[in-house]
Amino acid sequence: MNALFNDPLWFTTRASGTVAFGLLTVTVVLGVAGVARYAPARMGRFEVAALHRNISLLALAVLGVHIGTALADSFVPIGWTAVVVPFLSPYRTTWVGLGTLAFDLLLAVYLTSAVRLRIGQRRWKAVHLCSYGAWAVALFHAAGTGSDTRLGLQITLYSVCVAVVLAAILWRLYTVGPGHLAARVGLATASVATVAGFYGFLAAGPLAPNWSHRAQQAQSTEPMGERR
Amino acid sequence: MKRTARRLVIDRIACTGHGLCAELFPEQLALDDWGYPIQSPGPIAGGDTRHAQRAVAACPALAMRLEAARG
Repeated sequence: MNALFNDPLWFTTRASGTVAFGLLTVTVVLGVAGVARYAPARMGRFEVAALHRNISLLALAVLGVHIGTALADSFVPIGWTAVVVPFLSPYRTTWVGLGTLAFDLLLAVYLTSAVRLRIGQRRWKAVHLCSYGAWAVALFHAAGTGSDTRLGLQITLYSVCVAVVLAAILWRLYTVGPGHLAARVGLATASVATVAGFYGFLAAGPLAPNWSHRAQQAQSTEPMGERR
Repeated sequence: MKRTARRLVIDRIACTGHGLCAELFPEQLALDDWGYPIQSPGPIAGGDTRHAQRAVAACPALAMRLEAARG
């Protein structure tokens, strides 16, 4: 409890990152539900769409907190440029860089959605499909740089998020109708492979010994201070 | 203040039958058996414009727009 009050920025960064990832997961699932024409008995279709939009905006706000407190916290050097340009953070360059990459992809998705009526459906959709990639990149960012990855509860949360998004994608690919069979099988295989890759990475990376050192080591020989 | 009357125009080719519009603007839209909108004719009643705008904005296929009502 003491550590929590001594380092409010650091713990806010960790908590808001976790919450943002949960909100993004809900957003993805609601988006898939909408496009798959999921129509629950007690809920309007427009309500599914409105929830998708509003929770995505909530995720953006929480992401703002996550990024703001990560920058403001003086213990880890990240730097302002690393907010939009990936792989510039001196701290855990690769893993923070993935967060930047996910944020850039999400910014593209948010901005094109804001001007959807002007840019037209096809271009909007092409960019909007990047959301799946952004979610996956955010997952690896979370596991790779998150100080909480080793916690049982945190791994459970990631697993639940992975399971519901994978289930939504596979359900969508299964019910989308005949045609494009090769593409659908390919996308399903890629999704399962990404999940398998994630668990392989967890086992070899964050859950293996000495990760806080190795996560940093790839970029510099000088060890950074370890933060618990 | 006098507002210009508006009418709702549906792009039948772009429409994919998601049906959100009929939930948001039932004053003028109903759904057929396949989920595509059936529109009652005429301009939008003055007080309903906001509802029509919400339906236009919610369309997943961007298949609706508001235009000035003719004559």
